[in-house]
Amino acid sequence: MDLLNAIVAFLNFVFVPGVAYGSQLALGALGVTLIYGILRFSNFAHGDTMAFGAMATILMTWWLQSLGVSLGPLPTALLALPVGIAATALLVLATDRMVYRFYREQKAAPVILVIVSMGVMFMMNGLVRFIIGVDDQRFADGTRFIISARDFKEMTGLREGLTIKSTAALTVVVAIIVVIALFWFLNKTRTGKSMRAFSDNEDLALLSGISPERVVAITWIIVAALATIAGTLYGLDKSFKPFTYFQLLLPIFAAAIVGGLGNPVGAIAGGFVVAFSEVTITYAWKKVAGYVLPAWEPDGLVQLLSTDYKFAVSFAILIVVLLFRPTGLFKGKAV
Amino acid sequence: MTGGYGRGGPDILHDCTISVNKGEIAVIVGPNGAGKSTGMKAVFGMLNLREGSVRIAGEDITHLTPQDRVAKGMAFVPQTSNIFTSMTVEENLEMGAFLRRDDIRGTMEQVYGLFPILKDKRRQAAGELSGGQRQQVAVGRALMTQPKVLMLDEPTAGVSPIVMDELFDRIIEVARTGISILMVEQNARQALEIADKGYVLVQGRNAYTDTGEALLADPEVRRSFLGG
Amino acid sequence: MRALSVRDVLLFLGVFGLIAITGFTQSWNVALGILNMGLISAIMALGVNMQWGYAGLFNVGVMGFVALGGLGAVIVSMPPVNEAWAAGGLRVLLALAVGVAAIAAAIFAWNRLKNAGIVRPLALIAILIAGFFAFRGLFDPAVAAIEAVNPATTGYLGGLGLPVLFSWPVGAALAAGAAWIVGKTALGLRSDYLAIATLGIAEIIIAFLKNEDWLSRGVKNVIGVPRPVPYEIDLQNDPGFVERMTGWGFDPVTASAIAVKLGYTALFLAILVLLLWLAQSALNSPWGRMMRAIRDNEVSAEAMGKDVKGRHLQIFILGSAVCGLAGAMMTTLDGQLTPGTYQPLRFTFLIWVMVIVGGSGNNFGAVLGGFLIWYLWIMVEPLGLTIIEFVTSGMADGSWLKDHLLASAAHMRLFTMGLILLLVLRFSPRGLIPER
Repeated sequence: MDLLNAIVAFLNFVFVPGVAYGSQLALGALGVTLIYGILRFSNFAHGDTMAFGAMATILMTWWLQSLGVSLGPLPTALLALPVGIAATALLVLATDRMVYRFYREQKAAPVILVIVSMGVMFMMNGLVRFIIGVDDQRFADGTRFIISARDFKEMTGLREGLTIKSTAALTVVVAIIVVIALFWFLNKTRTGKSMRAFSDNEDLALLSGISPERVVAITWIIVAALATIAGTLYGLDKSFKPFTYFQLLLPIFAAAIVGGLGNPVGAIAGGFVVAFSEVTITYAWKKVAGYVLPAWEPDGLVQLLSTDYKFAVSFAILIVVLLFRPTGLFKGKAV
Repeated sequence: MTGGYGRGGPDILHDCTISVNKGEIAVIVGPNGAGKSTGMKAVFGMLNLREGSVRIAGEDITHLTPQDRVAKGMAFVPQTSNIFTSMTVEENLEMGAFLRRDDIRGTMEQVYGLFPILKDKRRQAAGELSGGQRQQVAVGRALMTQPKVLMLDEPTAGVSPIVMDELFDRIIEVARTGISILMVEQNARQALEIADKGYVLVQGRNAYTDTGEALLADPEVRRSFLGG
Repeated sequence: MRALSVRDVLLFLGVFGLIAITGFTQSWNVALGILNMGLISAIMALGVNMQWGYAGLFNVGVMGFVALGGLGAVIVSMPPVNEAWAAGGLRVLLALAVGVAAIAAAIFAWNRLKNAGIVRPLALIAILIAGFFAFRGLFDPAVAAIEAVNPATTGYLGGLGLPVLFSWPVGAALAAGAAWIVGKTALGLRSDYLAIATLGIAEIIIAFLKNEDWLSRGVKNVIGVPRPVPYEIDLQNDPGFVERMTGWGFDPVTASAIAVKLGYTALFLAILVLLLWLAQSALNSPWGRMMRAIRDNEVSAEAMGKDVKGRHLQIFILGSAVCGLAGAMMTTLDGQLTPGTYQPLRFTFLIWVMVIVGGSGNNFGAVLGGFLIWYLWIMVEPLGLTIIEFVTSGMADGSWLKDHLLASAAHMRLFTMGLILLLVLRFSPRGLIPER
């Protein structure tokens, strides 16, 4: 019984949050890795693209809510997502046209593009703050829990409760759908294959008649979709605050690099590696330990690191990978 | 043709003429730095021409981009990085046919007929193949556009002599299907043996032009370029 | 090869003119405030310019190095809290020593067990885990004891109680130490990785300052950092000063504020001039030429036998140390360390805007960029507000849109800085004073 309680506590506090957070990171890292694979630079504006996408979705959600539209048990934000994606796609396509294309034609060094993306980051950040402000915004509605701790306890008679927030479940489901769709697109469609070809060997792609501008435009649209979905899911699951999206940049990049920059499978794996490491290392294991080893009564929280240091975890993983396997777990493009 | 790289770069080619008829094999040979690859790139539009023109089947394509030349029936196999290493053999071929909107299965079967080993390995990543097989993928990819002219930049660079002979056999087969072949080669002797037409370039100029056989027989050419 | 052309001098005069206009139209107090932070910004820009302009290293962790400099100011100049030292000071030091020893042992084992197969990583992990628990076992109770000492005012170990000027080189040294760790790992990999690594270390340093209350009081802030210049109130109470100022026709209260600020200006200016002189001599020395040769073509420099990674590490440490120095100076100027206020947009990316706009690779350019961008950063906010007020003047008072726009005007400066950066990168990528 105690073991069961320990498992439930583990699932409740480590596994479920880890899966949800991992899905969000994976979606973010996919966007970063796609940009890296096709446009060949690390996009520092990605966090703020996520913030913009989430913001656009939130504004649409509020409008729908004010009209009384709802999806019943599901959050209205799902209905608003396509609008958010469209708005973000327009923004990034316009950014590409006005900013990045110039440097692409110049064949500028990647680091110049990174600095340029820094400028874009500033502007997007300013734009988001200007439109929606810096405060927390709530936009989640629908059912809050699939299983609440109390119901679970009544159902099973265990002392530990298992809570599954509907937003966490939704995050995972949406992430799975998005990833399947993305991989289907990249591996089965002509356009998707041309993107992979372009990422693999740009010159040969040109020789084969693949149009770079088209590949780039499609990439931006996909990235806008990924960023908006990731940003919205994160906002639904936790809360929307523009600055947190900027801070997500570090775990997202860590995930993409750990998996191997430019490799979509790696980005997903990296997302989960980073998320689970963060959650396990910053979780206070006292409760679980109490069930497994009742004789041992730790006086501390049995927490390896305080949650304030969760960035340190992404960072440490990043450093370990950079030291021992610079191309990432799955072979990426970068050295 | 006269031209060089970039807008202000020095001329590398000087009044150089290269041509190939339908179903023939033309080979460009010459010492290092003679402008062999440059001549090929000039034909494919990767170089600024100051004088002269490029025509295919009588149509002037001097001002088209390389991509547009692909659509006009030219295909180019670069010397290095000429395959998509992370993609399967079949996907490589599909990408070769990217511009085509019709059914490509027939052409793909033809390529597999020409290079049977590729059919066996079609689900494998091209980067995992051996050097000779990679070259086959590269040629196969170029053939997927159903080109009128196939241009090969040193197709046998870095492969073993046996593989080289096999590749040359395949190239002859390709030519027999009515595709013109323009090829730059380091292995001048073997290449001239299969050539209908040979061009010896020296410092960007045509030094000798004749049939492959005649060039092989020419004592001057033998002494200067074929090592006796 | 002259360092400055007439145009460059005019640019500098123009920026100082802008600051002077603020002095005439608003107040000299404000103008000197801008000038002082401008001096500090110029030093930060100088540090980043060493890394980027000389060597092409992409450091986006400026904030972390600046904050470490600030920590240096606290550690050196604040009076020690004897009670806290008695409660757990030595235990904390012991814990840190254990931590360092564990890491050293792990490195030693890793190097010695080269051929030990699976034992090698296992030994590494075992040593690190054992070391971690030993460290935490000593560290946690000691910290708890220290933080329990009068938490409202102290709750930390305090500093060494030395004059604050000593803290400036200490701040630089702290930043240099952190830079050494980052540089050892991330230099030599592609530039994006260095960027991510520095971004990460900056976030960690800030998290460290926010949470390690025993050292920095965390978000409770350390206030009252001693000053290298007199206090206003002392000047006002000094009859000699009051008499002289009244004699010159100044209000003593205003005059005391300005005199203090001028004191800082003189100090900062001296440091800036010294650094600028050092940086210029370094840039024009064989060492500087080698650095630029490496930047322009790493492969050929390496082929010529230059130790590219070693040089990069050197310049990375130097540049970060300059940022740390500026950070210590800033904390001294503010008189307080407030870990909660370190924002990457303000302390990392803004410095980058300064370097790019001023002219990367040119020390004078970076300094000019420091002054100009700092001035704009300060002035864009009221300017934006004025514009928004003008735009919204036609709207009804209390309307939703008007309130929203007025409240959001402050965020326009991020947007403006991004725009400036992009415009300069696009149309004048070499900056206002290009590299020569």
